[in-house]
Amino acid sequence: VTSHSARADSAGIAGSARALTERRPLGDRVFQALALVAGLIVLAILALILVSTTQQSTSWFSAEGISGIFSTPWITTPGHFQLGALTFIYGTAITSLIAVILAVPVSVSIALLLTEVVPYRWARPIVYIVDLLAVVPSVVWGLWGILVFAPWAQRVVYGPIASGLKGVPVLGNLFGPGSNGAVYGASLFTCGLILAFMITPIVTSLSREVIATVPAIDREGAYALGATRLEMIRGVVWPHSQGGIVGAVLLGLGRAMGETIAAALVIGSSTQITSHLFTPGYSMPAVIANQFGEAFGEFKSALLGIGVLLFLLTIIVNVLARAAVARNMQRSRGA
Amino acid sequence: MPAATEQQKVDLREPRSWRRAKNRIATVVMVVAFVLVIIPLGFVLYTVISKGASIISGRFLTATIPPNVLPANVGGMGPAVLGTILITALATVMAVPIGILAAIYINEYGGRRFLTRLIRFMADVMTGVPSIIMGLFIFAIWVIHFGYSGLAGALALGCLMLPVIIRSSEEMLKLVPEALREASYALGASKSRVTLTVVLPAALGGIVSGSLLAVARAAGETAPVLFTVFTVTAANLNVFSGPNTTLAAQIFANASQPYVGAQARGWGAALTLVAIAFILMIAARLVTGRVTQAPR
Repeated sequence: VTSHSARADSAGIAGSARALTERRPLGDRVFQALALVAGLIVLAILALILVSTTQQSTSWFSAEGISGIFSTPWITTPGHFQLGALTFIYGTAITSLIAVILAVPVSVSIALLLTEVVPYRWARPIVYIVDLLAVVPSVVWGLWGILVFAPWAQRVVYGPIASGLKGVPVLGNLFGPGSNGAVYGASLFTCGLILAFMITPIVTSLSREVIATVPAIDREGAYALGATRLEMIRGVVWPHSQGGIVGAVLLGLGRAMGETIAAALVIGSSTQITSHLFTPGYSMPAVIANQFGEAFGEFKSALLGIGVLLFLLTIIVNVLARAAVARNMQRSRGA
Repeated sequence: MPAATEQQKVDLREPRSWRRAKNRIATVVMVVAFVLVIIPLGFVLYTVISKGASIISGRFLTATIPPNVLPANVGGMGPAVLGTILITALATVMAVPIGILAAIYINEYGGRRFLTRLIRFMADVMTGVPSIIMGLFIFAIWVIHFGYSGLAGALALGCLMLPVIIRSSEEMLKLVPEALREASYALGASKSRVTLTVVLPAALGGIVSGSLLAVARAAGETAPVLFTVFTVTAANLNVFSGPNTTLAAQIFANASQPYVGAQARGWGAALTLVAIAFILMIAARLVTGRVTQAPR
């Protein structure tokens, strides 16, 4: 009897709710429509980005073809265009990889420090300081990188390391002097390092968010069994937040790939593919920023095309990252 | 009993075990990681402040940008300061209302519909779109047809700010207690009225704070400005037409100059830009602080 009457009640409520929505004033409906349009603008912008930039770069795509796009020569002399993007794809891959390798251990360590070690009143100032890295504009990192850090690193760090590792099998190829026997301050490694500084705040804050969802009862259980903090982290925190931290890392990777101005200033702007990290290279956003102003015709269309490739790459990385983080959050909420 | 306590003590503390040593090493590693972050941050801020403070003055902030070959004591960054303020303000005026409205749609009207989740997810993804792509986008749909202008730059910066404002505003709207909404409905208010006069004011502090942070980021952006605003050395008060300039664009232009004077002006502009970002960030923190205190 009770269940029957409850059903009747809810039907009654639903009925009156429908009656209410039908009587909604015009202003209300206009406001809802406005809000919906504002929300749809996001989807419209993303779609328009893809359509408009692809439209402007079709002449490059059709002139070079797939094999031309993924080739190395980048000749921008009028009439002799050979516009292959492989050098830039390589530079983007290698610098963002350096950035992630350097930034992730540091970021995850800081996230653990914040969640597992320090008391709450210390956590806030630490977060503020880490976030300051993101407040410094990209162009200021670039200015500092090219005028202060690069000359110092070339003299004090890269030079001695390169002469020490010259001829050593694998390390010599990575950290030895380049083919002309020199090392450069403005180089792939400097770029990767500065990108690492710039992505540290976002990787830290996301890792922290993920780690914070580890249930307190699991932590306490591990401690109650006599685990040290490290053992608790390895046994409880790590398995729980692995997936989410992978998402945070991917998000950092996406940021590093698209970071433009700092890279454009410190990467050294040289169209070569080399394993030597202390020599200059070029990345996709850097070449767009540096050469767009003087480009025309198919050259300009090629730079826009590199932009399309970069857009697609970062969208894929970001979708994967957000999906990984969301799944981790959902699972921990369900548990 | 005392004997038992003694026994327990010995078991629990485990002096000088390898397990405890590893635990201590791990803690030290975490602290070292934080120190590794402070070093470059301190280095950058020290350089910007020491090199920028020697050139910055009231005259520097208002004087016109001289040719690069001239020494540091000539001219300043007036047009760039003006351009930064005008273009960022215009971007804010465009992005903030749309961003808040979109957040209202997601949180108040959308429910758990597929479209709502799609918009929220895509706003998240959009925060990861590189800023240079926004520059290329506005170049392709606006600059090709209407030419360089402050407005074009503001459109690019607005696209960059929009997803950040949507996500931060949405988080703030989520925090407004359901009871407030229900109480207003009980008084017979329509949904739009409840949203505008009850929910929005309750979340306003957080929304303002999130928007200020978005503005701080946008003010320091260079890549979207390069292809939309161009970089000129003369002041342009008309933000709707003709090339303009910003502090970030000038720093980028001056960083690759061999002239000492141009580099010094670059450092002055960098200090100005960092100061603007810091002021906006501190303002955001103050707003949040006041609001989180108010309900208690």
